[in-house]
Amino acid sequence: MTISQSSIVEKAADATARATPSSVARRVRGLSDRAIAWLFIAPAITLLLAINIFPLLWAVYLSFTNYRANRPNAPVLGVGFGNYQRVLNDPDIWQAMQTTAHFVFWTIVLQTVIGFTLAYLIDRKFRGHAFWTTIILIPMMLSPAVVGNFWRFLYEPQIGLFAYAVSLVTGIPTSDIQMLGNVTLAPWAIIIVDTWMWTPYVMLICLAGLRSIPDYIYEAAEVDRASPWRQFWSITVPMALPFIMLAVLFRGIENFKMFDMVTLLTGGGPGSVTEVASITLKRAAFESWATGRASAFAIILFVAVFGLANIYVKALNKVKQR
Amino acid sequence: MSAANSAHSVVEPSLSSKRIAGTIVVLYALITLIPLVWIFLTSIKSPPDSISYPPKIVFTPSLEGYCNLFTTRTRQTPDYIASLPAPVGTCDEVTRKRNMVIAGPSNFLPRFVNSLVIAFGSTFLAVFLGTLAAYGFSRFKIPLADDLMFFILSTRMMPPIAVAIPIYLMYRELGLSDTALGMILLYTAVNVSLAVWLLKGFIDEIPREYEEAAMIDGYTRLQAFRKVVLPQATTGIAATAIFCLIFAWNEYAFAALLTSGEAQTAPPFIPTIIGEGGQDWPAVAAGTTIFLIPILVFTILLRKQLLRGITFGAVRK
Repeated sequence: MTISQSSIVEKAADATARATPSSVARRVRGLSDRAIAWLFIAPAITLLLAINIFPLLWAVYLSFTNYRANRPNAPVLGVGFGNYQRVLNDPDIWQAMQTTAHFVFWTIVLQTVIGFTLAYLIDRKFRGHAFWTTIILIPMMLSPAVVGNFWRFLYEPQIGLFAYAVSLVTGIPTSDIQMLGNVTLAPWAIIIVDTWMWTPYVMLICLAGLRSIPDYIYEAAEVDRASPWRQFWSITVPMALPFIMLAVLFRGIENFKMFDMVTLLTGGGPGSVTEVASITLKRAAFESWATGRASAFAIILFVAVFGLANIYVKALNKVKQR
Repeated sequence: MSAANSAHSVVEPSLSSKRIAGTIVVLYALITLIPLVWIFLTSIKSPPDSISYPPKIVFTPSLEGYCNLFTTRTRQTPDYIASLPAPVGTCDEVTRKRNMVIAGPSNFLPRFVNSLVIAFGSTFLAVFLGTLAAYGFSRFKIPLADDLMFFILSTRMMPPIAVAIPIYLMYRELGLSDTALGMILLYTAVNVSLAVWLLKGFIDEIPREYEEAAMIDGYTRLQAFRKVVLPQATTGIAATAIFCLIFAWNEYAFAALLTSGEAQTAPPFIPTIIGEGGQDWPAVAAGTTIFLIPILVFTILLRKQLLRGITFGAVRK
């Protein structure tokens, strides 16, 4: 089955690659819609199979072996569920999952509250709102790694702007504002950068939600003399809720995978207080070269995100139908 | 939009509430901008100015950061430097003041070019494949279409590191490690899922009747696609392209794990710029500034399409 399918897919990909659209049209004038449909979707599906699904299946296979990528010639032995057992019994990995959950929770709370507030205010359509909205959007368009690296400079206690500003406002000496070196502050240093970067994203989705509320509902409420407070809680929030939930879903999935910003800001430190799941995974795979165990962890992570996202989407659909 | 505006008459927010809202948003925007302004200011500071305390807001601008970004330098004795012919150009001059001479170009430019090649290459491919697939999903009865679409989306849920392990092994076998082609294929695969989802939304909105009319006029299906659907989908294609470009331009995890030299892009390179005694912040800031400019331009160009893009077209007006 795989052979026949891949040959069809190859032929289709080949044909599209070789021919310009017009010559295809001439040659395949008699082509049925069914063939064209395959011709159109096959290249994309082939690429996804080759670069996403095949590696994923390979990772599943590796997760049951003792393979080590730095010793490609060593004999590969199956270890059954051994890797999974080790991962699930590893306190460091549970710690990393907790750290990840902590980041996901706080970034979502902060970004949703600030993002929704901003969207609500922008929806007032004050003068120049389009211009300022564009300005606010800039951080989310930038590279988390490049920007994260520069935030390291801003956080430097001796020379950085952040420590200076905080010290100026609060009077705390800058030597006490070790954002990246202090065990309690380091996670917040990352949460602050993530919030700076991604609040605009949540804001945009919330704005879309607010704009989707038809005006006549407010007009009716106005006629009924509902107070602004009442209007906010009985109309604005419930009607925008599906959008807020969508934003939470997207941010949740992204922050579950959080890697670049943490790598560049703290590298997981000090100690391992900011070591999120992706960093543990990277260490296991590319520093300890425990490919099999790392693959098991990767599969567990994927199943967890996939499962949680599925449950969440069901809840989201229920809210939408209301 | 204008209809919505006029319908607002009854519940138009009062002038004072607008003013308060405006003030808060502008304040937030200005605070958000501080780190970005600081990056630019640092890029035009001299190294001593960049690390002085308290942070200098007033300073003499210097091109040293940009010079250091593009060159490698070696330390020389003042006597040797005095014996050299007159400096050629600003960078030569600036460098000699620090008792150094330019030894050659740095790796920044090749890394930046890698970013351009890989980002634009993968964007072109992803949009091309994505448009075809989106049209296929939008117009034809594909068995299990919903499942396929969900499968396409779910490929984005994996942490990049999780796929990176087998891709690393696969690329090692195929000789694609640390090649631009390997990175283009990888980013294309990541982006194609987004492209299919976004473009399907756009193409769904183009009435089928247009193609049907064209086909009655004697066009083949493919001609109808090319001459009727494609022109209608231009805006959607452009918006999709910009989203793909932003992803490929900013990506770090795959680039850091799968490239080490030849095909390295700018995001893993910029943090490695080291001067004497630690990170050369003006040079890092200069690299960051140059790297951010294309994206800033795109943000301003695409602001109207952003909404559709980030919600996967889930927002219908």
